[in-house]
Amino acid sequence: MCQVDEEYQEELERADGPSVSKKCVKCKEASAAVVIRAGDTYCRSCFKEYFIHKFRAMLGKNRVIFPGEKVLLAVSGGPSSCSMLSQVQEGLSQKAHKKLRFSPGIVHIDEGGAVGQSAEERQRKVSELQAVFKATGFPFLILPLEQVLDLPSSVVETALSPLEPPPSAYKAAVDRFNQTSSSDYLPPQEREEKSLPDVQKSHTQLLQQLMGSAKTLTAREDLLNTLRQHLLVHTARTEGYSKLMLGDNCTRLAIKLLTSISLGRGAQLAQDTGFSDSRYGNIISVRPMRDYSAKEIAFYNHMFNVPAVVVASLDTKTSEKASIQRLTESFVTKLQTDFPSTVSTIYRTSEKLQTACRSSSSADHSDRCLLCVCTLDTAVEKASAFQATLISEQLSQTKSLGCRNPGQSPGGEDCGRATSGGGCCSLTTETTDLKSLLCYSCQLTIRDMSSVDHLPLYILSEAQRRQRRAQMRDEISEFLLDDGDEGIYREV
Amino acid sequence: MPAQCSSCTEKRAVLKRPKTGHSLCKECFFWAFEEEVHQTIVAAELFKSGETVGIAASGGKDSTVLAHVMKLLNERYSYGLELMLISVDEGITGYRDDSLETVKRNQQQYELPLKIVSYEELYGWTMDAIVKQVGLKNNCTFCGVFRRQALDRGAVMLKVDKICTGHNADDVAETVLMNVLRGDIARLRRCTAISTSSEGEGVVPRCKPLKYAYEKEIVLYAYFKKLDYFSTECIYSPNAYRGYARTFLKDLESIRPSTIMDIIHSGENLSVREGVKMPVQGTCSRCGYISSQALCKSCVLLEGLNRGLPKLGIGKHHRLHDKILSQQPLTEKEERKLKSVDF
Repeated sequence: MCQVDEEYQEELERADGPSVSKKCVKCKEASAAVVIRAGDTYCRSCFKEYFIHKFRAMLGKNRVIFPGEKVLLAVSGGPSSCSMLSQVQEGLSQKAHKKLRFSPGIVHIDEGGAVGQSAEERQRKVSELQAVFKATGFPFLILPLEQVLDLPSSVVETALSPLEPPPSAYKAAVDRFNQTSSSDYLPPQEREEKSLPDVQKSHTQLLQQLMGSAKTLTAREDLLNTLRQHLLVHTARTEGYSKLMLGDNCTRLAIKLLTSISLGRGAQLAQDTGFSDSRYGNIISVRPMRDYSAKEIAFYNHMFNVPAVVVASLDTKTSEKASIQRLTESFVTKLQTDFPSTVSTIYRTSEKLQTACRSSSSADHSDRCLLCVCTLDTAVEKASAFQATLISEQLSQTKSLGCRNPGQSPGGEDCGRATSGGGCCSLTTETTDLKSLLCYSCQLTIRDMSSVDHLPLYILSEAQRRQRRAQMRDEISEFLLDDGDEGIYREV
Repeated sequence: MPAQCSSCTEKRAVLKRPKTGHSLCKECFFWAFEEEVHQTIVAAELFKSGETVGIAASGGKDSTVLAHVMKLLNERYSYGLELMLISVDEGITGYRDDSLETVKRNQQQYELPLKIVSYEELYGWTMDAIVKQVGLKNNCTFCGVFRRQALDRGAVMLKVDKICTGHNADDVAETVLMNVLRGDIARLRRCTAISTSSEGEGVVPRCKPLKYAYEKEIVLYAYFKKLDYFSTECIYSPNAYRGYARTFLKDLESIRPSTIMDIIHSGENLSVREGVKMPVQGTCSRCGYISSQALCKSCVLLEGLNRGLPKLGIGKHHRLHDKILSQQPLTEKEERKLKSVDF
């Protein structure tokens, strides 16, 4: 109705409800079993074909996954990621037409500690998932989110990414793979799965403290996302995977797009919602489910018995206005009922976006956000919204607020924990300093936190390292000839 | 204990700023508000000394405050501008006549010349007549397109160099959201710009000095300064699609007040992939106004109205533009498609 490039159909028909005598629009023989969009009725087998084909087409069109690569599937247990798992199984099975050619592994991150589930509930969910994963035969890992507290700071450093292969490299790799034939490719073996590590109560408490230090649900959800991403990337790196597959579907991504815009992540939209996300350098995240609407996935899972588990998240059973993410979700789903093309229009918009500056591997660390590892968008340009916010802050307060001079930032020997007797001054310097290392929306998240002390050590130590480096840079800035960082960070 | 103003710390605070949450006294708030608009004007280099500037005045809160602040800043900082008021009469009984009274009052208060252009004299149609033909669903399209041209025509008649409109931060944020929902990537790129480009015949560049001012702060300003304005919703607007974006934005603001600026920040930092098809600016072959198609939108809409085909112009009908231009009659099927209207 209000879409820009809308064509009016020849005759506007009323959308007929599904009736038993309706025929499948594809094969025109079998009777229809499912209505995907108004007017698109499919029979069982055509639907299955359509569903499977979309997955393959998505992977084939974006030639990002090379044959023989190790790919880590991030499965939360929800319908989308379980569907993705079953599609991968389907694609790798011997009888598949044009088999998929990569080696998958599964990882599940148990977030029960952050969400507030009891140990029994967590154990129950984990055993259910274990059974599902075992049945696939792929190597799998189940990690508690508490492990994020022990990560090394290399997670938030930008690793060197392999040089962008030329487009012809994909075809060449496929040919090479075919020639060496499938003898090289081993079917997934029965690996000893790692037993679920015991979660110490103290770790859970620390995690809950961290979550609790975020005052708003919006900030909490954002923080949880960041921590989960870090843990996923770290796991992929240590286990030797080069790609990460996420199970975001079209509906979820449309909601994510609107949420990201509302959170100030306009510069990072392409990475947040696009097919591939290369912000972590050597681990590339892909989203093969992004063409499927939640409805299609639900139908498929129901009709073909794909096992999935109910997973509680931070905003389950909360009111509509509890957080920005929750509000956007209810807004989009409601709008979708009145205007059925909403989700697909938003999806098409996201396809047309790109990241503002090419995130090259030679970018200096200080150009990346500490939390979300995207390029910083806080260059204060003339006449920008960011500048306007800064001016408003300034004008609403007295000028005589001491300790706001960035030159007085704590030195490198500070352990990062604000001394309790320091009073408000040291706390403001603490948060102001973190601010300079963060992108616009992560700054908002940190602003909503009562204290940054509970952040995991790897984040705080990396923050200090960058601050020390920035201080060094300031001291010698007049002698530096080149603008960017030199030597080890650049590609040779 | 009553809170102290966080800026001067002397007087008692009488309001809380929606934008930042700080408590301020009246004078400090006026100062902060006016200063922010001034900074916006200076940083974006909106005006040059000696220019004539037309203030688009509708009698509503945004344009009343805009007129007031522009006059104030012009004097305080010696911008050297000559200010005028331009108002558009869409011909909506019960709504526009009242707001026009407010504009006339503004004219007397601020001693600024005023020009009123009406749809009736420019196009031969009032909004009331249009709604009778078109219905209540797509009427906002007509009004918006006609108003844009009307403002430009009025500006040309008055010989102004620039137009400034009272669009506030909420409007810009709403527009960003709406363009995402509609999938309009071309507009999405342009809508956060503070001023439009100045090329083209008969096109006067326009800017939004209030771009970073929250709607609530504008109301606060008007309230404390005792500015008088007309504050009813247009009677034809309830079914507009924009209403969805507006409700969403209001809800977002209640969760996190900085969202409005965050959305504008997102909009400014968006970048579009190369190779995405964008419309190219040209001129209308009938009236000479700027247009990205052979016929400008208002010519198409007018044609539809005059021929009794109200749906012409709503939706994509580029193939029909040539037919219209060359005065060919439309086939019966095309006519039938364009006539149907649901109320």
